[in-house]
Amino acid sequence: MAIDLAFIWAAIIAFAVLAYVILDGFDLGVGILFPLFPEKQDRDVMMNSVAPVWDGNETWLVLGGGGLMAVFPLAYATILPALYAPIIAMLVGLIFRGVAFEYRWRTRRWENFWNWAFAGGSTMAAFAQGVALGALVQGIPVVNRAYAGGWWDWLTPFSIATGVALVVGYALLGSTWLVMKTTGELCEQARRISYVTTIATLAAMAIFSLWTPFLEPIYLQRWFGWPTAIFSIVVPLLCAACFALLLTGLKNHRDSRPFLAALGLFVLGYVGIGISFYPYIVPTSLTIWDAAAPESSLAFLLVGAVVLLPLILAYTGYSYWVFRGKVDPEEGYH
Amino acid sequence: MLDSLDATLLARFQFAFTVSFHIVFPAFSIGLASYLAVLEGLWLWTKERVYLELFDFWKTIFAVAFGMGVVSGIVMSYQFGTNWSVFSDKVGPIIGPLMGYEVMTAFFLEAGFLGVMLFGRNRVGPGLHFFATLMVAIGTLISATWILSANSWMQTPVGFAKHANGQFIPVDWWAIIFNPSFPYRLVHMVLAAYLTTALVVGAVGAFHLIRRTAPVRARKMLSMAMWMVTIVAPIQIFAGDEHGLNTLEHQPVKIMAMEGHYESHPDGAPLILFGIPNEKENRIDYAIQIPKLSSLILKHDLNAPLNGLDTVPVDRRPPVFIVFWSFRIMVGLGFAMLGLGLFSLYCRWKGSFTHNTWFHCAALIMGPMGFVAVLAGWVTTEVGRQPYTVYGELLTIDSVSPISAPAVASSLIAFITVYFFVFGAGVFYILRLMARLPRDPMPELVDGPLRTAGINPGLAQQEKSHGH
Ligand code: HDD
Ligand code: HEM
Ligand code: HEM
Repeated sequence: MAIDLAFIWAAIIAFAVLAYVILDGFDLGVGILFPLFPEKQDRDVMMNSVAPVWDGNETWLVLGGGGLMAVFPLAYATILPALYAPIIAMLVGLIFRGVAFEYRWRTRRWENFWNWAFAGGSTMAAFAQGVALGALVQGIPVVNRAYAGGWWDWLTPFSIATGVALVVGYALLGSTWLVMKTTGELCEQARRISYVTTIATLAAMAIFSLWTPFLEPIYLQRWFGWPTAIFSIVVPLLCAACFALLLTGLKNHRDSRPFLAALGLFVLGYVGIGISFYPYIVPTSLTIWDAAAPESSLAFLLVGAVVLLPLILAYTGYSYWVFRGKVDPEEGYH
Repeated sequence: MLDSLDATLLARFQFAFTVSFHIVFPAFSIGLASYLAVLEGLWLWTKERVYLELFDFWKTIFAVAFGMGVVSGIVMSYQFGTNWSVFSDKVGPIIGPLMGYEVMTAFFLEAGFLGVMLFGRNRVGPGLHFFATLMVAIGTLISATWILSANSWMQTPVGFAKHANGQFIPVDWWAIIFNPSFPYRLVHMVLAAYLTTALVVGAVGAFHLIRRTAPVRARKMLSMAMWMVTIVAPIQIFAGDEHGLNTLEHQPVKIMAMEGHYESHPDGAPLILFGIPNEKENRIDYAIQIPKLSSLILKHDLNAPLNGLDTVPVDRRPPVFIVFWSFRIMVGLGFAMLGLGLFSLYCRWKGSFTHNTWFHCAALIMGPMGFVAVLAGWVTTEVGRQPYTVYGELLTIDSVSPISAPAVASSLIAFITVYFFVFGAGVFYILRLMARLPRDPMPELVDGPLRTAGINPGLAQQEKSHGH
């Protein structure tokens, strides 16, 4: 395993995408759960719990996309056309849920419409991201530096299943976030929902783990061949530990623990996918070295990333710190 | 071939459509973020309540506009991959890192501090809150810097080599970032954003002066905005002129299209004020022109020779009609803004600033004109670059994704529907917010005839506390 610029950048992009998935995951999750909370006051609190941070969370998506164009332009230029329809669907979903944060407070007659835009947009974006992930895992054919498959290749039972799975997983992040950030009846309902989303996520992860290795011989060999097979034992064990923490946290009213445990589950699932992929960035057509930009591009951007990413994490952490604790239902600037 | 041409046309239309919507919001939020920082700074400094009230009023409007800017911007950054994949593969090594720096230095900064600015006043002290506002404002300016560097490099590419696989390889990053047209474009665009915002703020002030709802704050807004317009409009005209001279040096064909010079003029080219470009016959019909003035403006010499489009092969010319007219719209509006600035000076001198209805109507009409000028300017720049995406290096026709026309057409229809609906609603909410300025609590502070307008202070207080 050579540590060179392309490898470092693969790690940074992977980190950006992971940061996006868990951060925007919980606020998309809050949107997905919106219809289960019909009370206006509950919805106000739910929205205010993520309103100060959603924009920062979504910026990781821009870094993932923009970064991919900068350092793996060939991957960017083949993945996006291959996933054309799900990407457009995701963008449209993100438009609706993004504007709903402000529009919802600007009108009374249309408030309900923007509630649905928030819920529908969040669900659509989550589902489209899941479909895109599934289609990527299935593999994308590349010939002559261009996507060489058909326009509907992304649509398979597997990608639909991953789409549903991601909606369920985001709902888990959202429900445990609400357990952590809210009080009273709202918190109790979020707790009840969390039991359901936990079980559903467990099922989804199990199905996904059993299905993936049989999609491509390489994945199979990764998971059952030495030395990577160690992970096949360790990752599921750690997942089980997270589930235990999640359930006991819910039961014993340790309100931050379920959310942190759910984050742990996402990180583990993500590591699992990473193990299957490496060293491909477009499975199974392009490795990270096939797709990497010239050295001068990689080095130039890395200088900035080394300085700026820690800084970004610091002030992002600060803004989460400012809004720490349970949300006060009376607060909000609207 | 025919199919690929159609797909290219559709992809171009989609890009033009989405980016035109996008730029409207940054043009407003760059200026407004700075205005908010100034208002909050003045409030902390002078402790005059009016600044805080104005800050809160514009903050809500900013939040809505900013949200629209974010979601329309995310579409842009993915569209390079979906619709312009060949372009991304080839130029990604150069444009990509510039946009990567934009994300890391600007977008995170804006987004990280936006939450504190909008929701955090009671959680952090006034000093830190002001700091957050400043960070948002600086973030928007940094964002403009990087994206304009990227765009300018596509207009005036330097500092690169070409690899056998067709990729552009960065050789000299300093030269790439500070490419020849970048300084001009940055200055011109940032001034454009400030002018645009000032015109909007001024129009809202004028509207409320006409309606006499909130004379104190309305006067303050209009006055601040008009100082901005008065000072910046002439600077912008000067900057635009310099920009044009620079373009003449690096993209002479674009200038030929802007000026409508189909023919070469070996001894002094005329300035064509108006006319109708006739692309079939290669001439300007019904031209109204001033002899030799164009040579004077562009070369500072009445008799300097200027080449025309007759020296350029037909398939390397930009569409003249669009460029010719969009340029005139922008320049015309620039002089109209100058005129408004002078009018405001005249009213200040005459002491009729708060009650000259002609002046207020003029400010109101000019309210949206900044947006029109910005769009016209970008159309000039981008259409004038055709048929290239990277000027002189990469043709538009060779940049587009191998996506079939029906796929592009469907996404285009989706974007058109969603954008008109979503952003239409947003603009409506913004206009409604602008119209709802709560009444001033202390009408006796106002000088001039408005003092007699008879506003009930008790009622005003009540309404204010119901604000939001
Ligand atoms: C001169 C300024 C300017 C120009 C020409 C552009 N933008 Fe922009 N953009 C901004 C100035 C800006 C901004 C002021 O920084 C915004 C507006 C609202 C906001 O959130 O930031 C923004 C937002 C914004 C976002 C959302 C950032 C976030 O999540 O916070 C993205 C992804 C882009 N833009 C991408 C683009 C692309 C790909 C462009 C070119 C095709 C582009 N912008 C042109
Ligand atoms: C934000 C304001 C902008 C506006 C209003 C704008 C407008 C346009 C228009 C009207 C076209 C179509 C030209 C034609 O087809 O004849 C175009 C094309 C294009 N622009 Fe821009 N542009 C803007 C900014 C940018 C920026 C900042 C970039 C790059 C970072 C950019 C990159 C492109 C590209 C790649 C095309 C390719 C399609 C083509 O050339 O037709 N544009 N733009
Ligand atoms: C009246 C004097 C003006 C002159 C002479 C002028 C000149 C120019 C020129 C020559 C260009 C094209 C440069 C190129 O593509 O190479 C341009 C672009 C542009 N103009 Fe103007 N302009 C004027 C006023 C304005 C005003 C009042 C605004 C907006 C408030 C504006 C906004 C823009 C924008 C946004 C662009 C595109 C970005 C850029 O290339 O800088 N201009 N202008």
